[in-house]
Amino acid sequence: MVRVCVLFAAGTNCDRETVCAFKQAGAAAEKVHINQLKTRERFLSDYQILVIPGGFSYGDYISSGKILANELTHNLKQDLVRFHANGKLVLGICNGFQVLIKAGLLPAFDWLFETQTVTLDTNDSGRFEDRWVHLRTNPSCIFTRGLDEICELPVAHAEGKFIPKDQKILNRLKEHNQIVFRYVTGDGEPADYPDNPNGSVDRIAGICDPSGRILGMMPHPERFVRTQQHPRWHRERLTKPAGIVIFENAVNYIKENL
Amino acid sequence: MAKVLHRDLQALGLRNLGELKVVRLYFILGRSGDSRGRHSALKGLTSDVVSKVAREIFCDPVSESYQVSEDEAGGFDIEVLYNPGVMDPSVSSILRALDDMGVSGCRVRTGRGYRFGRKLSIGEKRLVQGILMNPVIEHLGKSGEQIFFSPKGYRFRQKIIRLKGKSPEELARLSKERLLALSSEEMVALQGYYDSLGRDPTDVELETFAQTWSEHCQHKTFRGEIDFLGRRIRNLLKSTIFRVTKELNPDWCLSVFSDNSGVIAFDDEYGISFKVETHNHPSALEPYGGATTGIGGVIRDCLGTGQGARPILNTDVFCFAPVSTRRKNIPEGVIHPRQVMRGVVAGVRDYGNRMGIPTANGAVYFDEGFLGNPLVFCGTLGLIPRKRVRKWVRKGQVIVLLGGRTGRDGIHGVTFASLELDKKSQEFSSGAVQIGNPIEEKKLTDLVLVARDLGFISAITDCGGGGLSSAVGELASGPGCEVQLEKVPLKYEGLSPAEIWISEAQERMVVFTEQSKVKKLLKLAQDNDVEATAIGQVTGSHRLVLKYRGHQVADIDMKFLHKGWRGKRKVARWVKPEGADPFVRPRQELTTVLLRLLQAPNIASKEWVVRQYDHEVQGTSTVKPFCGPNNCGPTDACVVTPVPGSHRSCVVSCGLQPRYGLLDPYWMAASAIDEALRNCTAVGGDIERTAILDNFCWGSPERPDKLGGLVRAASACYDIAKAYKVPFISGKDSLYNEFRTGSGDSLPIPSTLLISAVSVIPDGRLTTTADFKGPGSLVYLIGETFEELGGSEYFRIHQGLGRDVPKVDAYRGRRIMKAVGNAIREGIVRACHDVSEGGLGIALAEMAFGGGVGAHVWLKKVPGAQRFRRDDFLLFSESNTRFLCEVSPRRHQAFEALFRNIHRAVIGRTTGEPDLVISGLRGEEVVRLNLSKAEAVWRSALTRRL
Repeated sequence: MVRVCVLFAAGTNCDRETVCAFKQAGAAAEKVHINQLKTRERFLSDYQILVIPGGFSYGDYISSGKILANELTHNLKQDLVRFHANGKLVLGICNGFQVLIKAGLLPAFDWLFETQTVTLDTNDSGRFEDRWVHLRTNPSCIFTRGLDEICELPVAHAEGKFIPKDQKILNRLKEHNQIVFRYVTGDGEPADYPDNPNGSVDRIAGICDPSGRILGMMPHPERFVRTQQHPRWHRERLTKPAGIVIFENAVNYIKENL
Repeated sequence: MAKVLHRDLQALGLRNLGELKVVRLYFILGRSGDSRGRHSALKGLTSDVVSKVAREIFCDPVSESYQVSEDEAGGFDIEVLYNPGVMDPSVSSILRALDDMGVSGCRVRTGRGYRFGRKLSIGEKRLVQGILMNPVIEHLGKSGEQIFFSPKGYRFRQKIIRLKGKSPEELARLSKERLLALSSEEMVALQGYYDSLGRDPTDVELETFAQTWSEHCQHKTFRGEIDFLGRRIRNLLKSTIFRVTKELNPDWCLSVFSDNSGVIAFDDEYGISFKVETHNHPSALEPYGGATTGIGGVIRDCLGTGQGARPILNTDVFCFAPVSTRRKNIPEGVIHPRQVMRGVVAGVRDYGNRMGIPTANGAVYFDEGFLGNPLVFCGTLGLIPRKRVRKWVRKGQVIVLLGGRTGRDGIHGVTFASLELDKKSQEFSSGAVQIGNPIEEKKLTDLVLVARDLGFISAITDCGGGGLSSAVGELASGPGCEVQLEKVPLKYEGLSPAEIWISEAQERMVVFTEQSKVKKLLKLAQDNDVEATAIGQVTGSHRLVLKYRGHQVADIDMKFLHKGWRGKRKVARWVKPEGADPFVRPRQELTTVLLRLLQAPNIASKEWVVRQYDHEVQGTSTVKPFCGPNNCGPTDACVVTPVPGSHRSCVVSCGLQPRYGLLDPYWMAASAIDEALRNCTAVGGDIERTAILDNFCWGSPERPDKLGGLVRAASACYDIAKAYKVPFISGKDSLYNEFRTGSGDSLPIPSTLLISAVSVIPDGRLTTTADFKGPGSLVYLIGETFEELGGSEYFRIHQGLGRDVPKVDAYRGRRIMKAVGNAIREGIVRACHDVSEGGLGIALAEMAFGGGVGAHVWLKKVPGAQRFRRDDFLLFSESNTRFLCEVSPRRHQAFEALFRNIHRAVIGRTTGEPDLVISGLRGEEVVRLNLSKAEAVWRSALTRRL
């Protein structure tokens, strides 16, 4: 059985549905408190997939994801490096994406825990917004294989504006094919607000590391694993929910490769 | 941040501000630094460490820069700091980050600095401060200001308050001076009690009585005696609201009016709890903080239900004055409604979102009458295992306090809620207003739910109004208890036993646990970073005994504490107001009128509010606040599917009609019930499995006319709910919603009853939404239309109130709602929308632009059309119990079969056109509404004003 560690800290709040989504995808998923990893009551090495779910870790005071990122850097650096080196998977959703970026686990051009080169800043609207968006998907990472070219997922955040430090960093992301999700309109055209809900540079919604085994994304795949979670299920014929495809990809990858 | 702020300031008329800089300030005091402030701030922290902390934690290397200085406050054009004693929610998180970096034992405070591109005049500065700072919780930092305080320790002295020998007038004065809010009758009763004991009360005892006997805790008006038009009502609550539930007595009601929430059955395993609270007065003074503590409190009510319920949905309903109110019309001491609204919405957003609870149902209502006293209703729905619905309290159990530490927060909040607001409230009641700490509460919630499932919790309740005194006092009201107050963990030294006992510090829960499980509970709490302390035990002595460092500071008979209060007999009367219909020019261009109504504050889209709430967290939302191809059409209620793997769902809706109350509170209450049930039914709720909650917000019950209105509204609750066969399961009243201006005029709010409804349905897939689904369908109108435009939005735009308020025929209503609900659950209905504010015209427009599907409708086919001479009155009358249904022609007969003997008619068809076309009573076209235009004005109207 594929074992999934859904990391939990004060303020994490999408843990339950993330556990459910992975269970639906056929994995054994459980919630693990950061304190349990720190005190060695549980070990990261017992799992094959690590998920940092959405929420407001430690209230997102100072800036989103920062304190949990700092905690990972100072307490679990070695465990995480080994985890990744063993070919395992890491997924950061929303606040988890913010954590991965602020810990230097993404874009991780050269190594893990590198100096932060991109950030997720306050939305252009200046406030938290919950809405469904269209995404153009790039099958470059293992999580997105077989996903519709354009899929729909909800976003819900106040700090999701993706900003690379400079043009060089952006180019590098493109060259290494690390941009996994981009906001588009329903017709697949480049999106402006509100289709690009936060004003992200180059309309970036999610990126992966060069290996394609660490994915961070602002949209919430765990909120679209059954048809009735879609805002228009009463009126449209829908394909398989995009979220469940992402989780199944992760689980199947582990089954096939580890 | 700076950009948004810039826009706000420009809206105030401040131009050419140049570049605006917003700076986050962190003050760190090292371990060995003394507490005198300024020059010793960095002592014990080397500058290397401080730079590292600033670089790695405080600052984002991509988008921000930092500066370290030994200077303290006062370096900016405007610098905002929390007042001493106000909880700063970010501090505990920052300390954790410092600890991870090996920096421990420091103290931290935060602030905000603002720099402007040019010098501001004194007048401008004052204007800007009004936006950037709220004096109730914050102040301007001045240079040389002491940042860190070490409050003095407390030396115990037994305080006895002399009652003996005092006259009733002296006792009343004593009550007023000490902010006890007890009547002179009650003070006399207390005097008698202590005379019989041969002593005087301690300060702790007196405070305990003040809290327990407050209007907020006892509902003295509702449970007291009322003389109404020659009739004596002994207990209004029992004879109306409670009576409905008692007489109906459905077996699916698991817990009603006895706990922190009402509980109904969900399935064989779970129950659904529901509670709605108000938090009006604090929100008037500090909108953000008031709203956060409001939502935080009702979430704890959910957590404190039975042995603990898991929060699955938040609801919020607000009443404000129009956001476009001119500044010159704002009385002194009142915050502008635009600012109130933005603060309240931000508060609910920041707290609810951080808690990970979806906020998916609510309403925002605007009326001039809420200027001095806005209303903030917050509700929480919970999921609870049926075996955890009952609390068990018995001798020998240990009392454990969980969660945040206790400070001087919110002292006298409860008694404050029972007083009227006035200009001075901002000054003397500031202790009563706090800001919540959602992360503390999130940790607490996670802990409680695990502890509940392990069987560590026999009984639980929240420390809400009245703090420990209410929480412990109520839970142990039978067997009695002893509490050692010195064990309560404090935020800072210096609190007296009385302050510890009544502090309303947030994010605390009281748990009664068996002796054998205490250790395990404390260990579990520690693992989850939650503070837990055993503070006392259940004794079986039937007395409330409080100790402080070995001294006995209170010893009260529980029976007298809970039964000794005296309601004052109050007089009520009610005279039907002389209303008059406004002059409305006949033969208006109705397309233009419809466009104007779409932009009316009470009709326009509330998207600006709703999008700021996470309405999808937990992944349970099945019907969301918006529908249609553009995800912008309104839905009538939300549906959540809370148990993974099961399609069983809850429909949640609300209804309120404050304006009708100006004409008749009876029909206002009836209409609120009808609207809540209509909204619930319109998405597929089942009237036979629906329960409702009441929240009364009223002006002072000392005014006979207000009290008379209350009696009428409560009577309507009985009549209408009984006829609908819908039980009340929980409720709350907030009276004394008035504002006294400087000139002494009192502004009571429009009497408001909020009804919240929850219905359990077997399958969330058997629901529908309000957007037209496609061309070629039949458009049905169910229910009769009467000429009842009193209190309508149509008359409001003509500056009139009118006379004839919409009535409710609940016997017919029940049959209609049963039929509509059945039709939806049988899958016959493609779209359904209830008809409410703005009448038929607005409901049709919302369905059409919501679905991007046009329609052609004939007014002469409307049931009841024969009563009308004017198209506009028929189009905008707000008669109750009406639904619009879209039905495929193929399902016509199946639909008809469900609606025998019910007023209904096919009034039109959906079309492939981009317009809503309405033909008038005489057959000619009276409306041609372009859908994109309608959607655009409806969507932008409110956002534009904010």
